[in-house]
Amino acid sequence: AQALSTAPGKYTTSENQTPFAKATHYNNFYEFGTDKSDPARNAHTLKTRPWTVQVTGMVKKPQTLDIDTLLKYRPIESRIYRHRCVEAWSMVIPWDGYSLSEFINYCEPLPSAKYVQFVTLLDKKQMPDLPGGYDWPYSEGLRLDEAMNPLALLAFGCYGQVLPNQNGAPIRIVLPWKYGFKSAKSLVRFHFTDKQPKTTWNEISSQEYGFYSNVNPQVDHPRWTQSRERRIDSSAFPRTIPTQMFNGYADQVASLYNGMNLKRYY
Amino acid sequence: MSKRTILILKAVVHLICLTPFFWLVRFYTSGALELDPDPVAYITHFTGDWALWILLSSLAVTPVRRLSSRISWLIRFRRLIGLYAFFYASLHLATYIFLFSGYDLPTVLTGVRAGHLSIVLDEWKIVWPTIWDDVLKRRFIQVGFLAWVILLALALTSPASIMRAMGGKAWQRLHRLLYLAGAAAVIHYWWLVKAGVRTPWKVTAVLTVLLLARLGHTVLKQRRGSGPELHTTRI
Repeated sequence: AQALSTAPGKYTTSENQTPFAKATHYNNFYEFGTDKSDPARNAHTLKTRPWTVQVTGMVKKPQTLDIDTLLKYRPIESRIYRHRCVEAWSMVIPWDGYSLSEFINYCEPLPSAKYVQFVTLLDKKQMPDLPGGYDWPYSEGLRLDEAMNPLALLAFGCYGQVLPNQNGAPIRIVLPWKYGFKSAKSLVRFHFTDKQPKTTWNEISSQEYGFYSNVNPQVDHPRWTQSRERRIDSSAFPRTIPTQMFNGYADQVASLYNGMNLKRYY
Repeated sequence: MSKRTILILKAVVHLICLTPFFWLVRFYTSGALELDPDPVAYITHFTGDWALWILLSSLAVTPVRRLSSRISWLIRFRRLIGLYAFFYASLHLATYIFLFSGYDLPTVLTGVRAGHLSIVLDEWKIVWPTIWDDVLKRRFIQVGFLAWVILLALALTSPASIMRAMGGKAWQRLHRLLYLAGAAAVIHYWWLVKAGVRTPWKVTAVLTVLLLARLGHTVLKQRRGSGPELHTTRI
């Protein structure tokens, strides 16, 4: 894969990194199949060049941006984040990108914009295994102040190379304090709005997947506890470890939710 | 069929039923398991799938055997296959308890090797409240556990001596609970997959066919049985 030139970022962890092979062969990217081994097998049909990203909605000037312009817009940092899936497994992954806030500032949202929605590519030609029964394209979103938090990353790579297709090439979001499905992949549109946007999993099953979906060991998923997680590492019997509030990023993000009942806004 | 042939065929059935287990052990010892991204999920699904498939196989013995009187000897393998369903269901349950729930197996194994046997219980004391909480809260675990309890009861009462002690009728009534275990296992599967996933439909279809075959057989038998009776009353 193509290497990226990166500088070490300020976010890191001393925890053991998940091996590259596991982080790239255990993916939820339903557009390429619903089994976690499917995307690594099928996502080669994704064409990542040419690639453009649309900026729409409540912005000073709606526009279409080329991926290579975005890639060069700011220096690429390497940040090592914990990644907690809503399915109670977790990884430690070095992502490469820059803060989402830099990009949002570039978009110049209007003062009336309160939310930003991320929309994933939808192309049946590139996604021949697209499963039925879902309201495609995949869509996620954040409150604008969440999106402006420096921890929110606009990623172009991981492990020092451009994103493998199954990990969301050529551009994705990484939100380490939220369950993994919030971190939408292969983005083609950023839509700024004053209403909470519809998000894919929340639409499918709102009692299982909330709009916020902050990692929270006190709020169980209906089918399993969220108080612990299986850390995907290099061993055959990985340890099950306790899950931390906001996935261990409370110092950076807890203030975003002051006064909110997180059992209600899960 | 001669005793010798039955013995050989039984050995073959044992071998077939043990193949997934040995395959899994080999998968671990070869180092392939640690290359799998989520080994615990892998073992959980592997043992759960085989428990269900073998359970359905044991339920298939009777309808298949009824197809022809020439294969009535198949009945001799039913108990054996059923016991293997219990074996894999127990492995599945053990995976949940010792690998999934937070039981610190690596630490326990290190402790046991160093001669501290009490660590087995100490670790259990740490995790059992969370396991109990899980069981109380989640209906897919409850229904799966029900299936295992039924299989346990059937396994315990499977020796011929217990069948004789219970009496054939009572024993058969108890062992009809296998239908319930099959249904519980399939519901367990439906309740644990996420919204929109339809993978359990195949096992559901197989179970439905196997249960309908029994129902059909019973209805046919009643009709055939009642025909001559009606005839005699008419005379």
